[in-house]
Amino acid sequence: MNRKVNKRKKGPLAREAQLTGWLFISPMLLGFTLLLLFPMGKALYMSLHDWPLLGEHRYVGLDNYTEIAVDPLFWKVFGNTATFTLGLVPFNIVLALMLALLLSKSLKGIGIFRTAIFVPVMTSLIVWSIVWKYMFATDSGLINQLLMMFNIKGAAWLYDEKLAMPAVIVTSVLKNVGLNMVLFIAAIQQVSRSLYEAAELDGAGKTKTFFNVTLPMITPTVFLTVVMTVIGSLKVFGQIYVMTQGGPNNSTKVLVYYIWEKAFKLFQMGYASALAFVLFFVVLILTLLQWQLRKRWVFNETDA
Amino acid sequence: MKPMPSASKKLSVAGVYAALTVVSLIMLVPFLWMLSTSFKQPQDIFTYPPQLIPPVFRFQNYVDVFTLIPFHRFYFNSVYISFVVVAGTVFFASLAGYAFAKIPFTGRNAVFLVLLSAMMIPHEVTAIPMFLSMRDLGWIDTHLPLILLPIFGAGGVFGIFVMRQFFITIPTELEEAAMIDGCNRFRIYWKIMLPIARPGMATLTIFTFVTIWNEFFDPLIFINTRELMTLPLGLSLFTDEVGTSWHYLMSATVMATVPLLIVFFLAQKRFIEGVAMTGLKE
Repeated sequence: MNRKVNKRKKGPLAREAQLTGWLFISPMLLGFTLLLLFPMGKALYMSLHDWPLLGEHRYVGLDNYTEIAVDPLFWKVFGNTATFTLGLVPFNIVLALMLALLLSKSLKGIGIFRTAIFVPVMTSLIVWSIVWKYMFATDSGLINQLLMMFNIKGAAWLYDEKLAMPAVIVTSVLKNVGLNMVLFIAAIQQVSRSLYEAAELDGAGKTKTFFNVTLPMITPTVFLTVVMTVIGSLKVFGQIYVMTQGGPNNSTKVLVYYIWEKAFKLFQMGYASALAFVLFFVVLILTLLQWQLRKRWVFNETDA
Repeated sequence: MKPMPSASKKLSVAGVYAALTVVSLIMLVPFLWMLSTSFKQPQDIFTYPPQLIPPVFRFQNYVDVFTLIPFHRFYFNSVYISFVVVAGTVFFASLAGYAFAKIPFTGRNAVFLVLLSAMMIPHEVTAIPMFLSMRDLGWIDTHLPLILLPIFGAGGVFGIFVMRQFFITIPTELEEAAMIDGCNRFRIYWKIMLPIARPGMATLTIFTFVTIWNEFFDPLIFINTRELMTLPLGLSLFTDEVGTSWHYLMSATVMATVPLLIVFFLAQKRFIEGVAMTGLKE
């Protein structure tokens, strides 16, 4: 008897769950299909075509991709993107880690420093880039004016093929180091006190404690942050657009800038789509790596 | 009882403060310089040595900006687009997030996984076909793409993820009690779950707002008319136009930055925690 009642009660409820469940996710699902899934497929399709903005498009098979492989400008851009990433990521991570270590001490007034270093994160990238374009300006820029006080003639930072990229990297690191710092502080604060006490009992010094206690404990966060920062660096665009427009002589032209230029300035939509897929594959590999690492660590964490 | 700090310890504390002061100054000097230049007369920008306090304060810079560019329009567009996107994202993402966390329907996990995996699609890939679709719809040079794409695109998916994580932690007993009282799902979601999920919504709000307020790529490709531009796009165009009229550029950037920074200082803790929380999950 009882069982029968239960069953009857469960029936409509379960059916209700089916209906409302799908109903609740339907707006997002619809949007997702139209605004992500469909364009993703269409981009793949476009990458196999010669696709001007106006006029007929023409199927060309893998020609766009083979063309990319022999496009000298693509390899230049690829190299620039790699330079940006390899320059930014270690600089950003090491600085963020050092700041996080200093700021996780309980000293008086330490919150002020944390705020100061986090403020650029809250500032618009475009504003930050405009201000730093001014800082790096050849005649009126603060950097060169300060150098002049030491009788050093400053360079034309953003107009020098060798210096423009480092200038953009510095600007980008300063913009975002606060974000990684905050992530690291959160991780450091979660390291158990007892581990430090044990280390102290064993007579481990500060350096030793850092390398044997803190660093291993926050390694998952550090790795995830590295992957995130790498992916972010591969997509750098705004600061390049504002500060150098890819110049001088293409020395700061990065992948997304090149995609944007091909698609929306030269209107070679097919070629640009193929370029975008190159970016997608790199990001895909990194993301899969990140998921793999996370799975392993989550497992380890529950294991411990 | 604290032990007396030794001389070497004092020294290292001083070192920490010194290092932090240097880094903080590097972060803050650009803002001070921006503020200082925004009040300068053009001829005082190039004076040597550099002067932090302008010899003459020229407030007219701020007034001039409004005649040079439709700055108030940029501002209004940025504010209202951010507002609509935040409201839309929080509503639709929390609705879906609640369903993914609490309603046992068939295919739930599979769909969630598909949504999540879409988060790795770089925006630049979908932007090109989207541009063509928006052109076919006649939506180029309107705010529709700037509003719809983030709500229902990757930003929305991220929102679902954040909200689902949050709803999962809420015990099911509450819902069961309400259901026995005859509440339907939407009422439960609206009247019971959403109020509890306020911290999660606050996190999502902050994250979405900061992202949209700073969004540059989409406005760049979808908007052509000045009056329809958002702040980042308008400012970048202004940079191209006025070249080295830094006094104008800096007054514009001050106006674009200061209100947001005030909000940030008021709700600092929430902001930093929110970013730390969502940042780790991205």
